Amino acid sequence: MSGKSSQAAFARLFDEVGTVDSVGVEERVAKYTTRSIKKAAKVQGLKLAASMIDLTTLEGKDTPGKVASLCQKALHPHDGLDVPQVAAVCVYPSMVRHARKALGHDTGVRIASVATAFPSGQAPLKTRLAEVKAAVADGADEIDMVINRGAFLAGEFAEVQDEIAAVVTACGDATLKVILEVSELETYDNIRAASFLAMRVIRENDFIKTSTGKTSLNATLGNNQVMIEAIRDYYLDTGIAIAMKPAGGIRTAKQALQFLIAVKETLGDAWLTNARYRFGASSLLNDVLRQLEKEKTGAYQAPYYFTEATESY
Amino acid sequence: MSRLPITKTPKVYVGGAFIRSESARTFPLKDAAGNFFANIPQCTRKDLRNAVEAAAKAGPGWAKRTAYNRGQILYRLGEMIEARAGELADAIRLGGASEAAAAKEVAATVDRLVYYAGWCDKYEQVLGNVNPVASAHFNFTVTEPMGVVGVIAPDEAPLLALVSLIAPAITSGNTVVALASSTQPYPAILLGEMLATSDLPGGVVNVLTGFRKEIVPTFATHTHLRAVSGVANAEERKALKLGAAESVKRTHLLKAEDKTDWLAASAQSLYAIRDTLEFKTTWHPIGA
Repeated sequence: MSGKSSQAAFARLFDEVGTVDSVGVEERVAKYTTRSIKKAAKVQGLKLAASMIDLTTLEGKDTPGKVASLCQKALHPHDGLDVPQVAAVCVYPSMVRHARKALGHDTGVRIASVATAFPSGQAPLKTRLAEVKAAVADGADEIDMVINRGAFLAGEFAEVQDEIAAVVTACGDATLKVILEVSELETYDNIRAASFLAMRVIRENDFIKTSTGKTSLNATLGNNQVMIEAIRDYYLDTGIAIAMKPAGGIRTAKQALQFLIAVKETLGDAWLTNARYRFGASSLLNDVLRQLEKEKTGAYQAPYYFTEATESY
Repeated sequence: MSRLPITKTPKVYVGGAFIRSESARTFPLKDAAGNFFANIPQCTRKDLRNAVEAAAKAGPGWAKRTAYNRGQILYRLGEMIEARAGELADAIRLGGASEAAAAKEVAATVDRLVYYAGWCDKYEQVLGNVNPVASAHFNFTVTEPMGVVGVIAPDEAPLLALVSLIAPAITSGNTVVALASSTQPYPAILLGEMLATSDLPGGVVNVLTGFRKEIVPTFATHTHLRAVSGVANAEERKALKLGAAESVKRTHLLKAEDKTDWLAASAQSLYAIRDTLEFKTTWHPIGA
């Protein structure tokens, strides 16, 4: 494929889905950080954020034991704070069956697994689909896939969409999350375009997700804004509600509240539920717990008063 | 041609950066004659929280430095102060001190830093122990820094007292969040500039300015502070001790009503270093 035809393909796609006013987006999201959320509203927001966390461990050094303790933490984040369980645990496919064993079948905590040769996606399609099927067979409720960024940047959009569609089929009943890996898409225009490509082939209540958490730049308020505006526009066009998951780099309770403000002011209350919005995070939960304890006791808390955070996002 | 005056905006030194209070508040500082001098950051409990985060982040790296290197850096801080002694003396004189008294305080501050710089690689030999035990064990006690230490400086000797409280804590690898004198904060602002050029890693010493009433209660309750040392009145001591009991932290509080002579040799001591150390005793079996 020549550079010229890929340019033409992008031009056609941008024409179709619209482009992003990047200065406007930056300006808009800067405002989210100025909202003052205190006391009861803060507690409510923090508990909501906790319920939306995909508690994640994605490291080469993961073991069944580490996954089991992650699952315990997902079920019982902290004593005495009335914190809800997190939405899901997120692990590598080889850890899914260990997570299922730790969580049991009768649980509110779902199991998400990254599949499709996460994080690069550089494996034959057949291998990637087999990985998805294996993870689902082992008990994964949700699959986090990565798109083919190489094909996207070369303008081969049909290939990108065909692969996503194939993964949708492989998922069966499992929810799909499509990772755009925004840091490799380079521009807001591309992020919006990739969001639309994905949304057109996934099902209602499947997710689009910002990042793998394995690159330098992860979820930012700006990337999040571009994607939730794409979700809003797609919903207004088609009536199909797509869910959203920012992942990577969201470490503090304050950041989480700012993302929730963005959701409320862009998509509205219907998206303020863990069926439609998630945080891919590992250390966020501890900071949320820390702030909740501070609201309860009035004293700033030391981080070591809480069980150890996993450190992969 | 006349030139517009270029005045300095006083900022506090936190996490290796010069910042204003997160509240954006300031309070006017007047000199002894009652003339306006500058607006000083009026830090809040949130600034204290941020400073504690910065100090906690800097802690492991500072504690891992060799004792010898910490000594070099403390000595370097003394050098930085010596080079700007005149400016610091002027800052102390804002509060009404005589020229001679201010110069004496600055000189004593440098000497105090040199004193603790010397102790950096020596306190362990004095405070650590090999303990005699009645079994086949090698039993020894070594010291470890506690972590983040809060310092509450008095109003008298605004530079010397502040440094006398900070120095023993950082000698052993603790990091410090200090609240400077409320009535004479300017020497502490200048001290921040010297801390920044002394090779001391950012976050090891963080100096806040503001009102004691607003910040001291948070020193008491913040659970991440492992110890608080300083000078406090009866009411503050009560609040600090109650908060410290709740959060299990150590307190070393001098009474504000007893005028401490900060120039005296008794104001520097190995025991001030010991006050912010934890002792760890290890039993090591000796092979039969």
